Amino acid sequence: MHGDEDSMPKVGLFIPCYVDQLYPQVGLATLRLLRRLGVDVDFPEEQTCCGQPMANSGCAEYTRPLAERFLKIFGKYDHVVAPSGSCVSMVRNHYAQWLEGRPDFDHLRTTTFELCEYLVDIARVVKVDGDFPGKVGLHMSCHGLRELRLGRSSELMVKPFNKVRLLLGQLRGIELVELTRSDECCGFGGTFAVNEEAVSCLMGRDRIADHEKAGAEIIAGFDTSCLMHLDGLIRRENKPLRVMHVAEILERARLS
Amino acid sequence: MNSRDAILDSLRRNAPPVSPLPDAPAAITYADPERQFAEAFGSVGGKFVRVASLAEVNTELGKFESYTRARKIASLIPDIGRANVDLAALKDPHELEGLDIAIIAGEFGVAENGAVWVPGSTLGPHRAIFVVTQHLVLVVPAGQIVHNMQQAYDRIRLERPGFGIFISGPSKTADIEQALVVGAHGARSCSLFLVGPQGR
Amino acid sequence: MIGHAEKAAPFVANEGRVHWHDQALWFVRLKRDRQAESIPEWEDLREAAAAIKAHTLSRIADYLEEFEHNARSNGIQVHWARDGAEHNAIVHRILADRGITRMVKSKSMLTEECHLNPYLEAHGIEVTDTDLGERIVQLRHEPPSHIVLPAIHLKKEDIGELFHKELGTAEGASDPKYLTEAARGHLRQKFMAAQAGLTGVNFAIAETGGFVVCTNEGNADMGTSLPPVHIACMGVEKIVPRAKDLAIFLRLLARSATGQPVTSYTTHFHGPMRGGELHVVIVDNGRSAILGQETFRRSLSCIRCGACMNTCPVFRRSGGYSYGYTVPGPIGSLLAPLRDPRKFGSLPFASSLCGSCSDVCPVKIDLHHELYAFRQELVRKKVVPLYKRFGMAIMSSVLARPWAYRIAGSLMRWIVPRLPRAFVYGPWNPWGRQRELPPMPRHSFRDLIKEESK
Repeated sequence: MHGDEDSMPKVGLFIPCYVDQLYPQVGLATLRLLRRLGVDVDFPEEQTCCGQPMANSGCAEYTRPLAERFLKIFGKYDHVVAPSGSCVSMVRNHYAQWLEGRPDFDHLRTTTFELCEYLVDIARVVKVDGDFPGKVGLHMSCHGLRELRLGRSSELMVKPFNKVRLLLGQLRGIELVELTRSDECCGFGGTFAVNEEAVSCLMGRDRIADHEKAGAEIIAGFDTSCLMHLDGLIRRENKPLRVMHVAEILERARLS
Repeated sequence: MNSRDAILDSLRRNAPPVSPLPDAPAAITYADPERQFAEAFGSVGGKFVRVASLAEVNTELGKFESYTRARKIASLIPDIGRANVDLAALKDPHELEGLDIAIIAGEFGVAENGAVWVPGSTLGPHRAIFVVTQHLVLVVPAGQIVHNMQQAYDRIRLERPGFGIFISGPSKTADIEQALVVGAHGARSCSLFLVGPQGR
Repeated sequence: MIGHAEKAAPFVANEGRVHWHDQALWFVRLKRDRQAESIPEWEDLREAAAAIKAHTLSRIADYLEEFEHNARSNGIQVHWARDGAEHNAIVHRILADRGITRMVKSKSMLTEECHLNPYLEAHGIEVTDTDLGERIVQLRHEPPSHIVLPAIHLKKEDIGELFHKELGTAEGASDPKYLTEAARGHLRQKFMAAQAGLTGVNFAIAETGGFVVCTNEGNADMGTSLPPVHIACMGVEKIVPRAKDLAIFLRLLARSATGQPVTSYTTHFHGPMRGGELHVVIVDNGRSAILGQETFRRSLSCIRCGACMNTCPVFRRSGGYSYGYTVPGPIGSLLAPLRDPRKFGSLPFASSLCGSCSDVCPVKIDLHHELYAFRQELVRKKVVPLYKRFGMAIMSSVLARPWAYRIAGSLMRWIVPRLPRAFVYGPWNPWGRQRELPPMPRHSFRDLIKEESK
């Protein structure tokens, strides 16, 4: 790892509410991964939720207390890392509405990262040494892709790049399959999944079909919310596909 | 307050702070603009023919089935095409109906998209000629291909009052199941003769 | 209020049709990508277009006055309409004063917005839409389902049936070439007999007092080069400052809309035909009010290309009619509730906020951010029903209190696996209609971390 050897930056581990309650293994994988890298990780217990469900429903005033809590809890860390693109986007791109002008906010806004971008840009991981034989379809969740720019979105005419691929692609034996629609939305969209249930499921099933056709055995993503939605469809139809968070995949490797 | 003043007043009251006009970005140029134009023109359904002189246009036209079968031909370029329609004698553009071939001059072409600029003043007494005709033939001088639309607008002199049009290929539609059909309401075919010595 | 989800239900239920509609529009999106890739300065063009529009909106009244002055000196008659009703009355008066009863019309979303056709028809004027797609939906007594591809929701068999009934084509014939030829003949009669032609305006140029109309079919040109009267209708936001600005927009428009480098015809009108008249009707109809809303004013930059519709995964799978407004899709989901928040309050929620629309928009409207912001407007205006707001209030209270959150979480993980499946997946659980709930783990992350050695 190419980092600052003198003072170890203290990282606040931000575990989204649904990861904490429903996919704890993703949180564990993230924690272990960071620790093994030598990162000084702290999990502040008082955290709960970034407020996205309220914000996405237009309930700005019900989001405010959660944004303020978040700043209070996480403002003291050098960096904040979360295994979620949409929650990090909430902090970086939407919290200004409630927190603009607060003393610690500018720092928080510029030092909160999704896991993959943290590994690539901040921890400066260049080597991923591990085995992961299997055909993996990469699901580039929309907030991570188009809000955090974890990779080039297919609409944009800029030089291609993909921070997630950079990490996963190095695993020995992994085959990142080629999808027909590399970054179409899975249809989760938060409350959209429930308010527009029919279209949401159509979108999810189309994503799954794309991965199936490409031969994927595992659908990998960096946002558990999308994976939760896809997995729900997969298990209802008893398909032989698995979903995994990139933290769970990278956990088995040695990063440097 | 009349509508005009009410609208302008409302727009002024609601306008955001002034922001500047940007500079235009540097636009694409091609190593061989003539070739790029020919490709683009072909890709939009046009037929591109390169000839060395105006005389050759007549020869080449003679090879077109639409031309040999044409009963009514109009030409806005002297000595090109065996025109048999006296455009000046037509009192009304409706009388153009039935025109099989119209031969008109294009001022210049645009390489990036196969468009040809045709100023209204070169369309003769009835500007409908370019759209009522069943088949359109454009004649453009070689060496008059600009690279892109930004260069095109630097060059155009908009006639005021007047009319001008970029024509890029024949008329077409894909409104039925996205199936491309050439020949909607305007010309069913559009051929272009680029005339002049090679290598210009 | 019948919302988007309910309106979409019949469309969505026909999975075969949905996949076909989705594929058809995705294909247009791919064509757009291919064209955009071929222009190395594509993103710079988008940036320039956005800046030109922003500048124009900041001085829009001056530019419109300049346009009017220059248009008049070109012999164009300029009219102003505050709203749709006034627009319709002006157009009607121009026709009635001249005893005109047969008019042909090429695509104008503005005239759809103002409901011009029914108004004129009620006043005894025959209006023929001449874009093939527009004519098809007109004959079916339907509105267009997409602003650029109005008949995208119809299969060729549907059109074959329609033409058999209305135009006398052979029964069962559905070949697009054959049907287009039939339409060509039928509409040619209309062009020849028309006494006036009405068009929209893609761009009006302040500097020169003229305007541009872009078509592939040539119907705008047929309709305005034969009859002596041409009426062009434009929203105030169609104005651009200079002729050279057209280059930027024309390089973006057709590529974004249909994946072509340019339309077959890009017509510049700077005056009436010899012996004819040219009228321009400038329409506000709520646009100046949108201009005054900082969060949503960028939506006025829209050049009506439809790229956002082609890329939107929701639009492709729910169809234009599910939006219930003249302009559907992402941009429509802003324009409609801006006009009537109560009637169209479901539209900003008919989005997963994926952001694809914002990335294809040639004028870089931050569509998905505006949709997100509009949701807050709807809550402020209490358009979002009370029970939903109340639910969020409860959720917020629980999440703001770690002890309550932990208890709620533990309870959920403990209870759900012990409930009978029929109850869990009852009609009250929309998530569970087609999906399994996530498996409820015994321990949460925060439970497990206590076991984790430091």
